[in-house]
Amino acid sequence: MYNFEVEKPTSIADAVAALGAEEAQALGGGQTLIPTLKQRLASPSKLVSLSGIAEMQGVRLEAGTVCIGGATPHGVVASEAAAAYPALAALAGKIGDPAVRNRGTIGGSLANNDPAACYPAAALASGAVIVTNAREIAADDFFDGLFTTVLEEGEIVTEVRLPVPEVANYQKFVQPASRFALVGVFVAKFAGAVRVAVTGASEEGVFRWSEAEAALSRNFSADALEGLSVAPEGMMADIHGSKAYRAHLIAVLTKRAVAAAA
Amino acid sequence: MPKDSDQIDSGIGASPKRREDVRFLTGTGNYTDDINLNGQAYVYFLRSDVAHGRIVSIDTSDAAAMPGVVQIFTGADFESVGGIPCGWQITDKHGEVMQEPAHPVLAQGKVRYVGDAIAAVVADSLEQARDAAEAIMLDIEELPAVIDMKAALKEGATKVHDDLTSNLCYDWGFVEENKPAVEEAFAKAAHVTTLELVNNRLIANPMEPRVALGDFNRATGDSTLYTTSQNPHVIRLLMGAFVLGIPEHKLRVIAPDVGGGFGTKIFHYAEEAFCTFAAKALNRAVKWTSSRSEAFISDAHGRDHVTTIQLALDSDNNFTALRTDTHANMGAYLSTFAPSVPTWLHGTLMAGNYKTPLIYVNVKAVFTNTVPVDAYRGAGRPEATFQLERVIDKAARELGVDPIALRRQNFITEFPYATPVAVEYDTGDYNATMDKLEEIADLSGFAARRAKSEASGRVRGLGVNCYIEACGIAPSNLVGQLGARAGLYESATVRVNATGGLVVMTGSHSHGQGHETSFPQVIAEMIGIDESMVEIVHGDTANTPMGMGTYGSRSLAVGGSAMVRATEKIIAKAKKIAAHILEASDADIELKDGQFSVAGTDKSLAWGDVTLAAYVPHNYPLEDIEPGLEETAFYDPANFTYPSGAYACEVELDPETGKVSIERFAAADDFGNIVNPMIVDGQVHGGIGQGIGQALLEAAVYNEDGQLLSASYMDYAMPRADDLPFYQVDHSCQTPCTHNPLGVKGCGEAGAIGSPPAVVNAVVDALQSMGKDVTHIDMPLSPARVWAAMNG
Ligand SMILES: Cc1cc2nc3c(=O)[nH]c(=O)nc-3n(C[C@H](O)[C@H](O)[C@H](O)COP(=O)(O)OP(=O)(O)OC[C@H]3O[C@@H](n4cnc5c(N)ncnc54)[C@H](O)[C@@H]3O)c2cc1C
Repeated sequence: MYNFEVEKPTSIADAVAALGAEEAQALGGGQTLIPTLKQRLASPSKLVSLSGIAEMQGVRLEAGTVCIGGATPHGVVASEAAAAYPALAALAGKIGDPAVRNRGTIGGSLANNDPAACYPAAALASGAVIVTNAREIAADDFFDGLFTTVLEEGEIVTEVRLPVPEVANYQKFVQPASRFALVGVFVAKFAGAVRVAVTGASEEGVFRWSEAEAALSRNFSADALEGLSVAPEGMMADIHGSKAYRAHLIAVLTKRAVAAAA
Repeated sequence: MPKDSDQIDSGIGASPKRREDVRFLTGTGNYTDDINLNGQAYVYFLRSDVAHGRIVSIDTSDAAAMPGVVQIFTGADFESVGGIPCGWQITDKHGEVMQEPAHPVLAQGKVRYVGDAIAAVVADSLEQARDAAEAIMLDIEELPAVIDMKAALKEGATKVHDDLTSNLCYDWGFVEENKPAVEEAFAKAAHVTTLELVNNRLIANPMEPRVALGDFNRATGDSTLYTTSQNPHVIRLLMGAFVLGIPEHKLRVIAPDVGGGFGTKIFHYAEEAFCTFAAKALNRAVKWTSSRSEAFISDAHGRDHVTTIQLALDSDNNFTALRTDTHANMGAYLSTFAPSVPTWLHGTLMAGNYKTPLIYVNVKAVFTNTVPVDAYRGAGRPEATFQLERVIDKAARELGVDPIALRRQNFITEFPYATPVAVEYDTGDYNATMDKLEEIADLSGFAARRAKSEASGRVRGLGVNCYIEACGIAPSNLVGQLGARAGLYESATVRVNATGGLVVMTGSHSHGQGHETSFPQVIAEMIGIDESMVEIVHGDTANTPMGMGTYGSRSLAVGGSAMVRATEKIIAKAKKIAAHILEASDADIELKDGQFSVAGTDKSLAWGDVTLAAYVPHNYPLEDIEPGLEETAFYDPANFTYPSGAYACEVELDPETGKVSIERFAAADDFGNIVNPMIVDGQVHGGIGQGIGQALLEAAVYNEDGQLLSASYMDYAMPRADDLPFYQVDHSCQTPCTHNPLGVKGCGEAGAIGSPPAVVNAVVDALQSMGKDVTHIDMPLSPARVWAAMNG
């Protein structure tokens, strides 16, 4: 690690002010950022911890929408969203290990937009609204390719609002080493439409599988997906899976998610 | 008859809990990194991030001026000392000795793998050392990397070492004289099965990363190295004699609690030599603690063989000949025992459990721009077992015969048995372990379990295999002929204190094996006292006799035997003392339950009375024997020991994703006599865990530029608890070793040796049962690979 300063504000306003400093960076749970610092791959002058900001903590249900404070750890979501949005809670409960879930936050996960992360699939499939200190961003507009989002410098995710679907399910096929998603598929059925979001697979990061959505909107059953497939082109390939394998898994996991949700 | 461990509550055969676990599990162990010396400085190694390159220049001037920097060392500082030695010299099939490149402490002229240390920055703090390392101006002219072994041997390939004639370390033929007969047998065979396979490169990943702390005492001129080693005496000899020129009496090596080794902490590493050298040069203790990331690119890797094996059978399905052709990766330099692994620890095991009369093994050891490769749990024997048991399975399938029946038909059944690959098995009963396996694995229930899996959309497969290993390494005169530059005896000093307690100073080293618990069981049994009266001391060259350390499942078989021999001397002397006090002749003295008695009388004397007399020799045969009760023995084994067993694995395969889960795993082992059944269970469990890791999960993967793609736990998959099933393990089949006093064979590596083929055989069986024409998949059998094979 290089030396840096740490600030721990207690309000969003103070956090935003602190982030105005040159080379300052937000610190959520540190589960991605701290290892990066230890490897000396980043050198912020100042870390602004978001964990002391009460208004960014907790889970509440408001008119069919689960609202999660941007600094809420995965473990809290796993337990507190369980009644209102079981598929989301189950997803949170399978991120990393207990230590990771105890520290890592939803805001950090979305802001980081790791192409193999789980929350981006939930946010996209739920049609979430990502609330920042400056604006509200639809999930459809938020993600912008690998490790990139539309967040501006110093802008922080303060809350994530996820409309609760009628039924939903997340299928995570783990990468054997990291146990992030080699492919993850989140299927959410709303009154009017079905949304299917895929993580882990594409070179562009999390995406919606629109063909599957259309088929499932007509007939919400695994059979409706028969014959549908995703083209391997544009998928990621690494030592854990080829493009073709990832494309194949998308179809398999989508069916499983539908079967589990229906 | 084996003792029934449930009825034994002390001594040999009992399962007392491991006494060392109190400190390991409560955070009160004393690991090398826990040791901090007054005023110590820290070293950070600047390592190459390219696989192959010429060092054009290293400018340390800015870096040296950074805060806290004590001194920066480069290869030039080590021109006057020796290089890291290799402990084994192989003679190739033409009678030529292997090519042995220089292995400098810090790179000289060239860097040869990602991780090769270029410079060492010593500073007041680790962070300062790292800061300064970043300020070193390096000019490295990148050269093409040599990664693939076969490409490395092509005419005109880039050379890893410019001063060698090629990238071939040696071309070993074993037994060369057998070759024509083997060829002839193949020409006459009714059936030949051929299999090409890869034994995947692994990284040991002990829980504790390596640490070295060098110290120098200016007043006495003594050097001390604290290090994470499986064999401190070996390090003292190699480093003192070959690298730094420090005689043993001026050099002490201490390996305190060591958090797992698995082979990778046997070797003498450059960081150890550096810290010892720098401590003297700077007159200040110098400490290095490997980070996990550094461990991936600086700990010796394991395995990495590419093999073609062929089995010839006659028309009655008898094995008539076997030949194998292996390329073995040495990495960029020769690590301490690297050359012996694919040769003497591999070729000599190719007979396995079978009476194949003719065997020929060819091994080409190859230099590549990768981390050096050396022994990893099993070392050579897993590679031998894997190919042999896979080719037999394939042969059974090709011939449409039951794989167990084919094995049984070819088992060696008479002992001693001299194999065509130069070793003589003393004992074994392979049908007994196979019978036991069929029972504990409930093989008769497999069909029902398969049907049940099928009903839930899963495909079940069964894999069975045998293994044999050579442990208790090793007879010194034999290994000397084979090229070892060391003896492989073990030592023990047994010191009896005046009030009867014993301290055993052993050259073996415990880094998870439980010696502190099992060794006292043996001595307590011999004397008839409580185990708590015996303490084991190990890991410090200053207070243990010269010993060769722990690896090759040798500690109880060789180290334990030394301890037995020393204790026998103690008992003999104690009987003399007792005889004197009891006014009887030594020959009439019996020792039982800690009491000396005169045969046929009711005269007796307690153990403690005799030990006290030894140190307070008032009524003592001073004219015949010296006071005191302390004896040393060195034990050099007459042969290897040959544990064997039969393993079965049942997998379930998800036909849609290719994901394999291990549903059942059974191991029937013959380890000869057993001292502590619980510890043996634990050793087998751990070994199987690592074997399953190799079979399903682990792989060190390089890209063609020589970058390690699996350089952290994000990409290197270690087995976790939920990857592993509950095991059925049994070691009631016991054919005791005939040549060591305990009749023990060794159990540390069996699990890792016996389990990978069982897993792969099971997956192939599952695929075959789905009608897939898959005869082999290379490890690790990741979901992606299994799916690709299924759809290939
Ligand atoms: C062992 C391990 C296993 C894991 N497994 C999984 C898994 O299976 N699935 C999965 O999805 N993830 C996994 N993760 C990642 C984990 O979920 C992290 O919590 C997440 O990636 C980052 O969240 P964080 O709160 O720790 O963010 P940090 O590490 O603190 O920050 C990450 C980035 O986000 C920025 N940031 C943080 N909070 C905010 C905010 N509120 N607004 C704007 N920017 C912010 C930071 O500046 C930084 O750039 C794993 C991590 C580890 C260490």
